[in-house]
Amino acid sequence: MSFWTNMKRVARYGVAGFVRNGFVSLAAVLIMSITLFVIAGLMLAGAALQSTLTDLTNKVDVTVYFLTSAEEEKIMDTKRALEALPEVALVTYVSREQALSDFRERHKNDQPILSALDELGENPLGASLEIRAKETSQYGSIAAYLDSQQQSGTETGKTIDRINYYQNKTAIERLGSIIDTSRTLGYTIAAVLALASVLIAFNTIRLAIYTARDEIGVMNIVGAGRWYVRGPFMIAGVLYGVVSAIIVLLLLYPVTIWIGPGSERFLGSFNVFTYFTDMFPLFFLVITGAGILLGAVSSYLAVRRYLRS
Amino acid sequence: MIHFDKVTKIYYDGAPPAVEDVTLSVDPGEFVSVVGHSGAGKTTLLKMLFAEVLPTEGSVYFGSREIPKLSSRELLLLRRNIGTVFQDFRLIPTKNVYENIAFALEVAGKSDEDIQADVPHVLELVGLADKIWSFPHELSGGEQQRIAIARAIVNQPEVLIADEPTGNLDPINAHDVVEILKKINDLGTTVLLTTHNKGIVDAIGRRVVTMDQGRVVRDEKKGKYVI
Repeated sequence: MSFWTNMKRVARYGVAGFVRNGFVSLAAVLIMSITLFVIAGLMLAGAALQSTLTDLTNKVDVTVYFLTSAEEEKIMDTKRALEALPEVALVTYVSREQALSDFRERHKNDQPILSALDELGENPLGASLEIRAKETSQYGSIAAYLDSQQQSGTETGKTIDRINYYQNKTAIERLGSIIDTSRTLGYTIAAVLALASVLIAFNTIRLAIYTARDEIGVMNIVGAGRWYVRGPFMIAGVLYGVVSAIIVLLLLYPVTIWIGPGSERFLGSFNVFTYFTDMFPLFFLVITGAGILLGAVSSYLAVRRYLRS
Repeated sequence: MIHFDKVTKIYYDGAPPAVEDVTLSVDPGEFVSVVGHSGAGKTTLLKMLFAEVLPTEGSVYFGSREIPKLSSRELLLLRRNIGTVFQDFRLIPTKNVYENIAFALEVAGKSDEDIQADVPHVLELVGLADKIWSFPHELSGGEQQRIAIARAIVNQPEVLIADEPTGNLDPINAHDVVEILKKINDLGTTVLLTTHNKGIVDAIGRRVVTMDQGRVVRDEKKGKYVI
């Protein structure tokens, strides 16, 4: 008998089993939907956490303020030296003119300050370099480098007015440890929740197959091969997964639309709905793939228990 | 054809043997009734034929094949050559009558055309051609047992094992089932039947093997139910 005839029969019985055991299938699909929903929720929460942490990390920087008398050429020397450091991700130069216009912009509603500035006649602000490190923990060593330049009294070192790291040191360090803890905690919670929901789904499928144990016994006795017995249950398991994945993907639309604006208000730049729609292919692959894998593997393991030699 | 050679079965250490030192041969085409009290070892003995139970000592042969030594692949082929009927029918509840019977043919690798021809044919033999699309829960006990017999014989096995097939049936249905078994035997299939029912054994009037406490205590060519 051909392989395809066998496959066709196994598939037909798998679909028939799914439809005819309606109530058991419904229960399995519902439980599996909850599992997949938890997985989707963890993906969204993980992305939200990541985006928030990245935002926070980007807000941290060290700024070197130069004396108003510093020549642009010297400042550029410092900039190049900083860029050569392995810890440094980005160095942005803010010229004296830029600093002044930023200042005016920031205080545009504060007339007394603006008139005081006009009174002064010349630009009192020095140029600066905004330095962004690759990791929050690296700001200390960057600041130490700049400090040593300043202390050693080199040509470039003399032009440095002050480094703001030491004013923000405690805040930067605390923020760094909060970010690290949040990340570890987030991953741990995600792993525990995912594991728990996978186990619940696995158990539900095991119960569904438990109701068919006599059927499996009969198949054994009429001389059905292992894959011939297992096949239809695995097909039904895959169907549980596919149907649950479709339900979850459809439900995620209204749910993310609903919490989208709230998430943006709460988390800053992260909108759950925008993320979901942008990353839909990823969600489709992960949710459908997880459903199919969970259904097939659970069924395989559950049937194995009742298969005899 | 079938030979039990000094077979003993002890289910667990310390338990009394379910079957003890049984030596028994069955020729092709025989109709053998195995009788005895509950727990006499009838079912254990028959289960050894399709390796659902393996002997603790001794061995069981089907033709030249030694059943406990068969590989799992050979065992599948053997099971397709032995039809089995049980007291509790054991039909698959999610499949209709056609599919229940077709399943045994599919497992044996028959083509769709053969299956479509064989299923109605065997249903006619058991007198249930009109129930082909019913599900097991829509049938009476007697009808379910006849479907189980149809499934057991559709592959034209050499041996049909019927373990208390009339245990759950009223006398009329029991009589019908035994008539079907006799008809199958007349067509050349060896039949092994276990039963408690004295009336049935006496009516069949063929070989009777009587068991008591795991041992064969009587074996008569044209026997009666005597305990």
